[in-house]
Amino acid sequence: MRNVLIIWRKELRSYFVSPVAYLLLAMFAVIFGFFFWNILGYFVFTSMESQMRGEMFPMNVNEQVIRPLLSNVGVIGLFFIPMITMRLFAEEKRSGTIELLVTSPIRDGEIILGKWLAALTLYAGLLLLTALNFIFLFKYGSPDWKPLAIGYLGLLLQAGALLAIGMFISTLTKNQIIAGATTFGVCLLLWVLEWVGGYETATWASVLSYMSVVTHIGSFSKGLLDSKDVVYYVTLIFLGIFFTARSLESLRWRS
Amino acid sequence: MITVKELTKRYARNTAVDHISFDIQKGQIVGFLGPNGAGKTTTMRMLTCFMPPTSGTATVAGFDVLEEPMEVKKRIGYLPETPPLYPEMRTGEYLEFVGRLKGLRKPELEKRVDYVCERCAVADVRDKLISKLSKGYRQRVGLAQAIIHNPDVLILDEPTAGLDPKQINETRDLIKSLAGDHTIILSTHILPEVEQTCEQVIIINKGKVIATDSVNNLQSRARGAESVLIEVAGRNGSLDSAAIQSRLEKVSGVNKVVFKEKKESRNVFEIESGKGRLVRGDLARAIVEAGWDLNELRPSAMSLEEVFLQLTGQPEAAPKEAAAAKGASQ
Repeated sequence: MRNVLIIWRKELRSYFVSPVAYLLLAMFAVIFGFFFWNILGYFVFTSMESQMRGEMFPMNVNEQVIRPLLSNVGVIGLFFIPMITMRLFAEEKRSGTIELLVTSPIRDGEIILGKWLAALTLYAGLLLLTALNFIFLFKYGSPDWKPLAIGYLGLLLQAGALLAIGMFISTLTKNQIIAGATTFGVCLLLWVLEWVGGYETATWASVLSYMSVVTHIGSFSKGLLDSKDVVYYVTLIFLGIFFTARSLESLRWRS
Repeated sequence: MITVKELTKRYARNTAVDHISFDIQKGQIVGFLGPNGAGKTTTMRMLTCFMPPTSGTATVAGFDVLEEPMEVKKRIGYLPETPPLYPEMRTGEYLEFVGRLKGLRKPELEKRVDYVCERCAVADVRDKLISKLSKGYRQRVGLAQAIIHNPDVLILDEPTAGLDPKQINETRDLIKSLAGDHTIILSTHILPEVEQTCEQVIIINKGKVIATDSVNNLQSRARGAESVLIEVAGRNGSLDSAAIQSRLEKVSGVNKVVFKEKKESRNVFEIESGKGRLVRGDLARAIVEAGWDLNELRPSAMSLEEVFLQLTGQPEAAPKEAAAAKGASQ
């Protein structure tokens, strides 16, 4: 555990001594801020319109603001995750520092876990910035906090899964750009797979759409904690970490 | 300290290390010598548990690299060919990080960082970013990193590669000064480096050990005899080379006299004598008694370079290797 912390600290430091972390935080905050402003504006517009028409259309902050916002955060995340994971192992392989890590009295699993947790911590930092916007909703409205918390849990699980996959891809190359681009492609694919379910009802289609990360984030954004979806993400996390470990091991046999 | 038996590393197509065996005693500096691609790095990587051997065993400080890698790793300091540095860290931070990785904790960690900074002369760049350091400093930070946990064994892969002559000398002196506390293996393809730094040398070529001996023994072993270079001149005018030659051949213990060259009045001969026969005094006396001038008399020991080429049997590579070695050693 101590070794995991050593790696975790070193990784987080290297995110924050370079502009990477600040750039990601700033970009994420700006993009999310725009989404928030947009959706809130639409919400205010429709509620005024329904008031003028005299309809008592049931307006709900949770349903009409928080839920679409949270699914949007998930999508923005797909673009940010490759930037977080691409350097994790690719850079160590390129500069040769991987030899230092691997010949130190520390287990591969500890290296991997430390790196993954550091990436997850940075992502949690991004999510924390988005939470600032929601403070306004609580100040001027009275949304239910539980679905929001579950929504964030879902986002964190989704990020954990994609970060583990990105970390695995980063072990396959010495080139950060290749690692980043491949991770982006895989993330995008895991996102759009869900579309097949929209028009096709055969078994293969439902399998494909089950594999999509978007299928499983839906219930979390609604505020539902479905064990099926939790299992999906946790499985992906384990698979990603497992493949990273195998890849690191094969590196020793090959290089 | 280190025992290697029949160690082999095979890749899909080629065998990088082929059944090599050697023993290294505690406190020795051993040079691992061979041309590029001979299997030096692969052997070192197997010793540091970076990669597992295909077959054979290696034990470091009594621990097997396959069965107890954690124990081996605790006792080894390793400097790969490119120092494993994080450019975004400061020297002090980096050394602290490595110290933690190797299992050091706070009060001791600080002491060790102070100590290695002093020892490797990097104290003045402690607060500098590693990306701003010169190549010589980087190499020394790499060495500091390797000794941070006071390991029993130090493994240095081409520690002077890519440094300028001054830095090379500094690095060699530093390595020599570390010898008392650690058993050191260093690899190199530069022969003079082994002559200057190491006590023991393991020559490897194409994955096989071709010689293991002390530097002194290897030099004399390569040639069963000792040879002396002599320059003789006449006081008045030029001398008859043949006369000198026949006179020198009469000195007891001399096996062969070879006339090398004649420059104006000076004649140069190379004289081979039986091993262990001290003929230099007799040669000098013979020349002086004959009324000639003895301008120069020096033993011409074979350099390791020649030994190496003789042992590896690569005459075609000779000029290039020699030139590279000379260039790097100057």
